[in-house]
Amino acid sequence: MNFSQYYTANDHFTIIPAVMLALFGCAILLFDFWIFPDPRQRKWLLIFVVLAEIFTGVGLYRQQAWLAGQSPSMLQGFGGAVTLDGFSVFFNWIFLVAALIVAVMSYQYLEISNEHHGEYYGLILFAQCGMYFLATGTDLVVLFIGLELMALSFYVMVGFLRADKRSNEAALKYLLLGAFSTGFLAYGFSVLYGLAGSTKLQDIGDAIAARPAWDPVVFLALATTSVGLLFKIAAAPFHMWAPDAYEGAPTPVTAYLSVASKAASFAFLLRLFNGPLQSLSAEWEPILAFIAILTLTIGNLAAINQTNIKRLLAYSSVSHAGYMLLGLVANNAMGTNGILVYLMVYTFMNLGAFAVITAMRRQGIIGDELEDMAGLMHKNPGYAMLMLVFLLSLAGIPPTAGFLGKYYIFLALIQSGHYGLAVVATLYVAVAIYYYFKIVRSMFIREETERAPAASSLGLRLALGVTGLLTLVIGIYPEPFLELAKTSLVR
Amino acid sequence: MAEVPVSWFLTLSAVLFVLGVSGFLFRRNIITVFMSIELMLNAVNLTFITFAYQLKQVNGHLFAFFVMVVAAAEATVGLAIILTVFKNRSTLNIDDVNSMKN
Repeated sequence: MNFSQYYTANDHFTIIPAVMLALFGCAILLFDFWIFPDPRQRKWLLIFVVLAEIFTGVGLYRQQAWLAGQSPSMLQGFGGAVTLDGFSVFFNWIFLVAALIVAVMSYQYLEISNEHHGEYYGLILFAQCGMYFLATGTDLVVLFIGLELMALSFYVMVGFLRADKRSNEAALKYLLLGAFSTGFLAYGFSVLYGLAGSTKLQDIGDAIAARPAWDPVVFLALATTSVGLLFKIAAAPFHMWAPDAYEGAPTPVTAYLSVASKAASFAFLLRLFNGPLQSLSAEWEPILAFIAILTLTIGNLAAINQTNIKRLLAYSSVSHAGYMLLGLVANNAMGTNGILVYLMVYTFMNLGAFAVITAMRRQGIIGDELEDMAGLMHKNPGYAMLMLVFLLSLAGIPPTAGFLGKYYIFLALIQSGHYGLAVVATLYVAVAIYYYFKIVRSMFIREETERAPAASSLGLRLALGVTGLLTLVIGIYPEPFLELAKTSLVR
Repeated sequence: MAEVPVSWFLTLSAVLFVLGVSGFLFRRNIITVFMSIELMLNAVNLTFITFAYQLKQVNGHLFAFFVMVVAAAEATVGLAIILTVFKNRSTLNIDDVNSMKN
C-alpha cells in the first residue's frame, strides 16, 4: 500500500508552520527538564521560543511568496481539509507576532511569580498551533480540533499561577464556560454534518443553499454554531467569562487571550459566515446587528465603573468585538477588509497596553489596579507616554492606528446603507474615550502612591518598543499595512 | 424485525443535550456541572453516529472519535483545575467561587 498519496508535498506545504510549532512545543517540554534543568538556564528556553517563531515565520514567508505567484492564489491540502490562501497567511502573521511579543514579555513576569517557564512557553506554541488550524482549516474536524487545542492551552495558561486564588477562579470560569460553548458548537457541527453529509465547508455551503430559508434544521445548526462562536469572541450576551478570565489570568496571558484567541475566533467566524452561511445572509444580518449593538452597549457601559485596569480592558475588548461584528453585519468586501485591519491594529495596541500593565508587576503586587498606575508619569515617563499612545489608539483617535480600524468599519457600514448602526457605533467612541481617560488621569494627574520603580527587562522594553512604534506607524503611514490586508481578502 | 427509526435517536440526543444544558445552568456542584458538559458532548456523539448510520458514511464515526478525544483532554485539564481550586478554597460549590466582582 502506498501511503505517500495521503501525505503529499502539497499537503506538507499547507501545514508546515503548524508542524514547526507542534515539534518545537514538544521539544521545549523535553528540554525543560532534560537539557536546561537549572533555573539559571531559563533564558535559553525563551531563546528557543524565538527560534521556533523564526522557523514558523520562514514557513509562513515561503507560503506567502508561493501564493503571490499563483492564480487563483490558494492551495488545498488533505483533500480540501485545509486551505492555504492570503486570508490564512494574514491571520497566521498576527498569531505569530502576538505569540512572540507575549513570550518575550512573560519572562520577567514568570520570574517574579516564581513559576515554571518550560510548560508556559510550550503552551504558547501549542495554542498558536491550534490557531493555525482555525485560520487554515476548511473542514469541521480540523476546525474543531484547532479550536480545542487553542482553548485547552488557554485554560491551563489562565490558571498558571497555581497558588493564586484569582488565577484558579479565572481558569475554572473560563474552563466551564468555554467547554459549555464547545458543546453548543459541536452540536451545531453535528447538525451541519447531518444536513450536508460531509464535514467540508464547501459541501455544507452547497447543502444549505439548496434548502429553503428558515428551514428549522438549518436554523438549529445556525443558532447552536453561532452561540458557540459568539462565546469565543466574547460577544454579549455570551461575554460573562471575559472579565473574570482576563482579570485573574497572568497579565501576559490576558494579552495573548484578548488578542490572538479573539483573532483566531474571528478567522473562524469569517470563514463560516462568508463561506457556507453566506446564502443565509438576509437571516443572520439583523440578528448579528442586534448582537453587535448589545455587545457595544454592555462592553462600554460596564467598563465605566471598573477600578481594575485588566477588567476595564476586558470590557473594552468586549466592545472592540462589537465593532468588528459590525464589519460582518455590513457584509461587503469593505467590511471584511475592515475587520482584518481592525484585528491587525488591535493586536499591537492591546498587546502594548497589557505590556505596560505587565511592567507594573512587582513582588506581591499584580499591578492591575488603577491605584498602581497613579503618578506613573513622574515615576516612569516612558511607560506613561506609551500607555497614552495605546489608550488613544484603543479609543480610536487619529493619528494612531486604532482610528484606522474604526474608520474602515464605519465606511463599510455607510457603504452598505447601515446609517443608524454607524451613528450608534460613533457615539460609543465618546463613552470609550471617557473610561480610557480614567487611566490617563490616574497616570498623569494623581500623585504617586509608592516610589518603587516599575519593572523593566530587555524583553519587556522590546515588546513595548515594537508595539508602540507600530501603533504610531500604522496610524501615520498605513498604506503598506492596508495593502497587506487587501491582498488577503477571501472573496 | 422492525428497525428503530433514525428520528428516535435524534430526539434522544436532543433530549440528552438539553439535559446537559439544564444541568450546567442549574446545578451548583462544580463536578456535576462538569459532568453536564460531558453529557452535552455525548449527545453530540450520538447525533454524529446517527447521521453517519443514516448516510452510510464513516465521517461521522470519525468525528465522534475526535469529540471523545477532546472530551478526555478537557476532563484531564478540567479536573486538574478543579483540584487546584479545591486545594485553595476547600469548597466545590460554584457560588462560593466568586472573589472577583464588579
